[in-house]
Amino acid sequence: MFATIKYYLKSFLFLELLQGLNVTGKYFFRKKITVQYPEEKTPLSPRFRGLHALRRYANGEERCIACKLCEAVCPALAITIESEQRADGTRRTTRYDIDLFKCIYCGFCEEACPVDSIVETNIFEYHFENRGENIMTKEKLLDIGDRYEAQLAADRAADAPYR
Amino acid sequence: MIEYLTSFWLGLPESLQYTVYTLLKVVVILVPLFIVVAYYTLAERKVIGYMQVRKGPNRVGPKGLFQPFADMFKLMFKEIILPTNSNKYLFFIAPVLTFAPAMAAWAVMPFNDTLVFADINAGLLYILAMTSVGVYGVIIAGWGSNSKYALLGAMRSAAQIVSYEIAMGFALVGVLMAAGSLNLGEIVAKQSGGMGNWFFIWLAPLFMVYLISGVAETNRAPFDVAEGESEIVAGFHVEYSGMTFAVFFLAEYANMILIAMLASLMFFGGWLSPVPDLVPDSIGWLFLKTGFFMFLFLWFRATFPRYRYDQIMRLGWKVLIPVTIVWIAVEVVLVYFKLGPWSV
Repeated sequence: MFATIKYYLKSFLFLELLQGLNVTGKYFFRKKITVQYPEEKTPLSPRFRGLHALRRYANGEERCIACKLCEAVCPALAITIESEQRADGTRRTTRYDIDLFKCIYCGFCEEACPVDSIVETNIFEYHFENRGENIMTKEKLLDIGDRYEAQLAADRAADAPYR
Repeated sequence: MIEYLTSFWLGLPESLQYTVYTLLKVVVILVPLFIVVAYYTLAERKVIGYMQVRKGPNRVGPKGLFQPFADMFKLMFKEIILPTNSNKYLFFIAPVLTFAPAMAAWAVMPFNDTLVFADINAGLLYILAMTSVGVYGVIIAGWGSNSKYALLGAMRSAAQIVSYEIAMGFALVGVLMAAGSLNLGEIVAKQSGGMGNWFFIWLAPLFMVYLISGVAETNRAPFDVAEGESEIVAGFHVEYSGMTFAVFFLAEYANMILIAMLASLMFFGGWLSPVPDLVPDSIGWLFLKTGFFMFLFLWFRATFPRYRYDQIMRLGWKVLIPVTIVWIAVEVVLVYFKLGPWSV
């Protein structure tokens, strides 16, 4: 009997509804957490996996030795490598293509690389305007590596203690 | 110039003068209404955004203030797609049928004791009639679209509005029993003399029933099963695009404002000041009260999850209608013993 009265009182006084309104009413005055994207950006982890790059040594020599470990480990078969012997006797790639449409940005290539050559940068704002631009050639990759070397080195150094 | 205009005006035949004058009054009511509707859509997005700890639209113009115009132009330039095998005539008459009554209902709306377009005796009845006609637009839209989702939405909306119309009607019966008149101006006048005389005190259950069925009547959350994005896409207006969709949208928001204003007129004394000795009555009070109820609509939408269809039916038939009938009986007793607003 008492329980029935309590039940009816509770539903006819809208207690639970008012509780709900109270919650949203409080949130109405909360500080907003919206990030105004192009102007504001969220912080990126040094482990962020974005667009790829090929790095060089400090003396300007490209790191990649065409071991093809990245090509082998790539789960999406996005990497294509062709190589030959250079005049100085070292083995170098003649072609290093990453198809960004196939790539799933898993970072396995970076982990497989014995010389830290292929890396993923924290660049995530890029687009293609023409067909074929999705294929990152060796030149493009090296170019990105050259331009972002400082950032890349800093990110690797920051993450080094955890590897 | 002014002399020329006045002489031109007086030279016109009387019937033409009357027509022009009436049309002007219509414009004076409808243009602010359209502006309020436009900004109500923005307010909705902002308020719901704020309650979800977001900022809401803030890109078009300062603080996003031109967003309604951006939306409007987008909808104006979009293609109106006529679905295959749809009934072209019904498809295009439906938005008009929803929109026209939503606008027409404003004819009897009093803004203060003199400012009313049509001061008719059966104002309340007229508004009830107009809001009911709007349902036909919804049903016809669902039928004319030749789409199963639209048809389902229309069926739901028809059933819902029919059930809540009864509860709402009964709630209004309580109001007219208290006021002794169907004229909205007189209903407000009866509530004069401070906040204690406003009807929401003696008719509290009826007010709650009216508010709930008002939300249901306008197909707003948490009673928006007729749209029900998650199960039937957009309900009765799935197949509508561009301007035809915009017209449905306008009608929905105009109806919300109408319900909000009616609630403040019938239960909260309209333009009457809560403390007439300190602050004079003014149209500002009406707008303030209406604004509060308009905000309540948005608050509800940000708070409550959608009712299931059978729950809506249960609430309408087994809770709201009995509550109104009981309270009308209580009112009868109050009238008999001359208590509350009937003491004079």
